Amino acid sequence: MYRAFLIKYAEIGIKGKNRFIFENMLRDRIKGALDGVEGEFYVVKEPGRIYVEAKSDFDYDETIEALQRVFGVWAICPTMMIEDKSWDNIAAHVVQYVDQAYAEKHFTFKAECKRSDKGYPMTSPEICAETGAVLLARFPGLSVDVHDPQERIYVEVRGNAAYVYSKMIPGPGGMPVGCSGKAMLLLSGGIDSPVAGYMIARRGVTIEAVYFHAPPYTSERAKQKVIELAELISRYTGPIRLNIVNFTDIQLYIYDKCPHDELTIIMRRYMMRIAEALAEKSGCHGLVTGESIGQVASQTMQSLAATNAVCELPVYRPLIAFDKQDIVDIAEKIGTYETSIQPFEDCCTIFVAKHPVTKPNGNIIAKHEGNLREEIDQMVKTALETAEMVEVTP
Amino acid sequence: MEVYLDNSATTKPCQSVREIMWKTLEEDFGNPSSMYKKGVEAERYLRAAGDQAAKSLKVQPKEIIFTSGGTEANNLALMGTALANQRAGKHIITTGIEHPSVHNPLAFLEEQGFSVTYLPVDSLGHVRKEDLLEAVREDTILISVMYVNNEIGALEPIAELAKAAKEKKPGILFHSDAVQGYGKYRIFPKKEGIDLLSVSAHKIHGPKGVGFLYVSEKVKIKPILFGGGQQKGMRSGTENVPGIAGLGAAAEEIYQDHAEKTEKLYDFKAYFIEEVLKLEGTSVNGIAWDPADPKGSVEKTAPHIISVSFAGIRSEVLLHALEEKGIYVSAGSACASNHPQLSGTLQAIGVNRELLDATLRFSLSADNTREELDYTLSALGELLPKLRRFVRR
Repeated sequence: MYRAFLIKYAEIGIKGKNRFIFENMLRDRIKGALDGVEGEFYVVKEPGRIYVEAKSDFDYDETIEALQRVFGVWAICPTMMIEDKSWDNIAAHVVQYVDQAYAEKHFTFKAECKRSDKGYPMTSPEICAETGAVLLARFPGLSVDVHDPQERIYVEVRGNAAYVYSKMIPGPGGMPVGCSGKAMLLLSGGIDSPVAGYMIARRGVTIEAVYFHAPPYTSERAKQKVIELAELISRYTGPIRLNIVNFTDIQLYIYDKCPHDELTIIMRRYMMRIAEALAEKSGCHGLVTGESIGQVASQTMQSLAATNAVCELPVYRPLIAFDKQDIVDIAEKIGTYETSIQPFEDCCTIFVAKHPVTKPNGNIIAKHEGNLREEIDQMVKTALETAEMVEVTP
Repeated sequence: MEVYLDNSATTKPCQSVREIMWKTLEEDFGNPSSMYKKGVEAERYLRAAGDQAAKSLKVQPKEIIFTSGGTEANNLALMGTALANQRAGKHIITTGIEHPSVHNPLAFLEEQGFSVTYLPVDSLGHVRKEDLLEAVREDTILISVMYVNNEIGALEPIAELAKAAKEKKPGILFHSDAVQGYGKYRIFPKKEGIDLLSVSAHKIHGPKGVGFLYVSEKVKIKPILFGGGQQKGMRSGTENVPGIAGLGAAAEEIYQDHAEKTEKLYDFKAYFIEEVLKLEGTSVNGIAWDPADPKGSVEKTAPHIISVSFAGIRSEVLLHALEEKGIYVSAGSACASNHPQLSGTLQAIGVNRELLDATLRFSLSADNTREELDYTLSALGELLPKLRRFVRR
């Protein structure tokens, strides 16, 4: 019954003169998302909305799922498309629509009409009235309530066809990816960082990612898992460039030279430095991490301050005030949870002190980093030079 | 250099296997149940493979049932005989060190009202005859003991166990999971008192996804897969012609020049153990090692499996460090089952707790070379001190 989808967007509707940029971007993102769906689609921008029309047979569920992953989409309305616009034909289709769309025909409704085809022989109020009349005549269980209806039945008469819809499937909201600049996501194999990437991308940010691996202490499978997570995020964000940095030598060097209770914090500081160097190289405007205050020793406010201190770029932490369970809920919703909890244990535990410092003092940390003076710059340089790049797509 | 030392996990299919499989995919792709010539031609591969498998065990072709591998062979052996013989009794005996494809069907049978006794093993992984005899009851219908243990390469005294059990209770059935033993030893079930024997093709340079169960014609057994009645109703499903043809070729080839290959493996094993023990903080599991008689020591165990513990190094780390040098091995200990009486073999033979997670399994095939072993030993020599520097403090 549905041949078209009306896409409603929220936030970009309030943009000023730049609005067309956002709208074009959303249209392009929708096109991109539908590329992976069976069927051919025509995506067209109209004032205040975007229409998706199927030009061939298509898979309805797949289409909805794909549209639900496009940031900037506020709601998706599956729409009946009526090419013969004579009123009798429209009326017959409105009846057919309600018949098929609602199992129980006992509800109050209001007909809402729009007529962008100004040459159409009926006015909008007339179309409303007639729509109400045919529905009441056909379905005795229906009644009209113009103030607080249970259902709103929309009829739109446009140049090429008339459209009927009433259902709204929520989209992810946010803004189309690409409209807000680019950021470097520190992606681990855990639950949090993929969610952080999702949340930032939802604000229209293009994502690039970096993963630190430490063979032989982390396995090839752990790396595969991170690539898989990037793939899952890329269903929302579009292609992601994943930088894979070999961190083993730096890790061992820190282990040799620095106090053990500070290992994690110093390691994280070097990860931030490397991430920032990569970010600058590829034109990112910030770093993104999955940190949340107090979740682990390295995420106390003091620890966060100590890691933050080494970066000039802003560090965005979308999960900073989230409880673990909230993060898990989102991870489950966006489909990264199952992959995140796969137990390819990395052996990094060797490098975690039994009692890590929870309130590091920046000056002391910096002083201990001085022990690394001799070789660390060269090691960081090597890590950057040998970083492997993987272009990840859904 | 790439050195594959994980031949107990799987082996590289040999050329004769690849060739015959390719032929069944390219030309003789018929369904063996079809009535026309193309079907008959496909059936010829099954017959040939049945003959090859039967010949290797000196049994009759009709006593061979092709399966999807070792797991299905074990499932069929245990569940099929338990169901067919439950009126005679509902007690089954096995060991604590079997593969999960034996333990788990038995756990299922326990849920269905059977009772199972799990025999302990000694420090070399051997089941003791006395323990077995003590466990045999009036209602015991089946004993299942693996031929060669997959973690440490212990060779079980199958013939002795079977003989003793059958003397005590005639009619008792004896199954052996020979997934790690077949191809390494000449096994003659009828002489050794084995009524059912499980074999997997991919451990003997055959393809994955295929194996067989030898079932003595005297054994009462029921199928566990139902359908079109193939293989005389014992294992329905269109036969995996490419896999079975590959299995036949592998079964034939593995026993060619068998004595020489075995000799070579034992030489390698003795050499490797001698050398690896020279490295600091190493120990070898499941073998009574006599430095004065290396060859004599290894010959009491399976020729291809070597379990080595490296004190102070997590097996996973060492495994990946070897991987970086192109050397492929397994972590030494299988995950402990959730059955309270069961544990991994290493635990069962009393390996030190700290070493359980510091053990690797090196498993050889006749394709390996002395150079590969030397390369591995020198890699170990280089890695061990390096990795020991980094421990959790």
